[in-house]
Parts: sequence; C-alpha cells; structure tokens
Amino acid sequence: MAVNPDIVGREYPPESVYEVSREKIAEFATAIGSTDPAHFDGDAARALGHPDVIAPPTFAVVIAQRSEARVVRDPEAGIDYSRVVHGEEKFVHRRPITVGDVLVTTSYVDAVRSAGGHSMVSTRSEIATQGGEPVSTVTSTIVVRGGE
Amino acid sequence: MTGTPTTRPSFDAVAVGDTVAERSFTLQRLDLVKYAGASGDFNVIHWNERVATSVGLPNVIAHGMLTMATAGRLVTDWAGDPGAVVEYGVRFTNMVPVPDDGTGATVVVSGVVATKDDDARTVRVDLTATCDGSKVLGRAQAVVRLP
Repeated sequence: MAVNPDIVGREYPPESVYEVSREKIAEFATAIGSTDPAHFDGDAARALGHPDVIAPPTFAVVIAQRSEARVVRDPEAGIDYSRVVHGEEKFVHRRPITVGDVLVTTSYVDAVRSAGGHSMVSTRSEIATQGGEPVSTVTSTIVVRGGE
Repeated sequence: MTGTPTTRPSFDAVAVGDTVAERSFTLQRLDLVKYAGASGDFNVIHWNERVATSVGLPNVIAHGMLTMATAGRLVTDWAGDPGAVVEYGVRFTNMVPVPDDGTGATVVVSGVVATKDDDARTVRVDLTATCDGSKVLGRAQAVVRLP
C-alpha cells in the first residue's frame, strides 16, 4: 500500500520535552564505542570551550525519532512499520547538544515519493530549547518497501 | 584506547585531498543490543535472527544509525572535538549483517578532506564505509569546524 501523499506539509508540534542527562550521553557514547572524554568529563568538555559534557553528533536521532514516530503512527499516513527501512539521515547542528538542555521537537513531512514500488517519506525535525533557541535540524528519509 | 588526539588539526594546516584516517571497526551482537538500549530502537531485525531471516534478511543487521555513528568516530577522533561536527549526513546503501559467530561484522571506514570553506573555517570530510567489500554508506559527508 502506497503512503498517502496528502501528508506532505503536515506539522507535528512538540508534545513533550526531552531533558538531556549526563547518564544518557555517557550511555549513548559508550554504545557507539566512543571513549572521547568530551562525552564523559565536564572538565574535558570545558577545555574544548563547551559549557559541559556534550553529546555525540548522532545523539540527536534519539530525540528526533521519538518525534518522527508520530508520522509513522499517523493513521492517515498509511505507513506499515514492518516494511520500513532507513534510507538517509542528516544532522545540522547549530551547537552541540549539551547536558542540561531541555529540548522540544517539531517534526514536518517534507516529501513523499514513490519509485520502484516503494514509498520514500522524508521528514524534518527541528530541535530547539524550550526557550526557542534552535539547536539541531534532523532530516530523515525512510523507505516503505512495497510488496504484495 | 584513547580516541582523542591531544593536538587538534588546524584549519590552515589541512589541505584538500588529505587523508583523515582509515580504521576497521568490529560490530558484534552485543554492540547491537547496547545500541538498541541506548537509542531506544528495538526493531527486532537488529537482535532477533529468527525474525530477521523470516523477513528475507541474510541475518540480524546492524542499525544504520550505529554504522553512521561508528563512521562518525573517525571524524570526531580526528577533529579532537565531537562538537566540531556541524553537519553530518549519509545514505544507507547496503545492510551490515552481524552473524553470531564470535567475530561479528567488520566495517572499514576511511575519510578524505574534500573541500575547505575559508569563510566558515570548515572542511568537508567525505567518508567511505565498506563491509565485506560492499559500500554500506553513500554520500557520507561531515562538515567540521577547525581551529
């Protein structure tokens, strides 16, 4: 079943806040095999000019995917999650995500395309502080595999 | 191992065409389980071989985002500051099957300086990542701000 192209332009405003903790950054950094002290040691991060421990560049996916899940679950989108594979991902950071950040995310459906029996859904998640400071933009394309 | 050099490459000292690094990374089932927990991505194809093979996959496959993060370590370790990465994007072109054989999968990553932006004092590093000879990331590019 093809994805409904009418969802293009749909906006999913923030529903919850994400509080960035020291433990979660350390857990994520460890899971990607990083031993970089900027993820574990506030003094090491400050020596690089950051206010405190910073997250790895791809940590923003943890926050963005929670928000993007609303697109996948949108009953009007017609996305079969069991047929979803990841096509593309891109991060643009205005600054690193940092311990203590309280972040909110708005997600948008930027494009729905069909090719070769598959549907490609491109989303954009704008991550900002609760105070409105833009932090990261995460763009993602999922491929919904066609089939029977 | 310590991933971070004590001296960071300076913008002026870096030239287009410079090799950033080349490294092999091993991904085992335990790494996938840890990444699932840390990221919250519990898609069964990343940990359940029975389900993965039943939907036509060759084996349990690594999260694309774990492959992306692993390749990104080449750049952050080189830059000496993970906060220096201002942009990072990839396409997922092939799967990384992770067999339960005590060895896992080996992803070979290399990076080269492709462009320099004198105004922003950033460089674009183009990454190549392969597993068993097939490219697992396409158009993998990181924009890094250097001192």
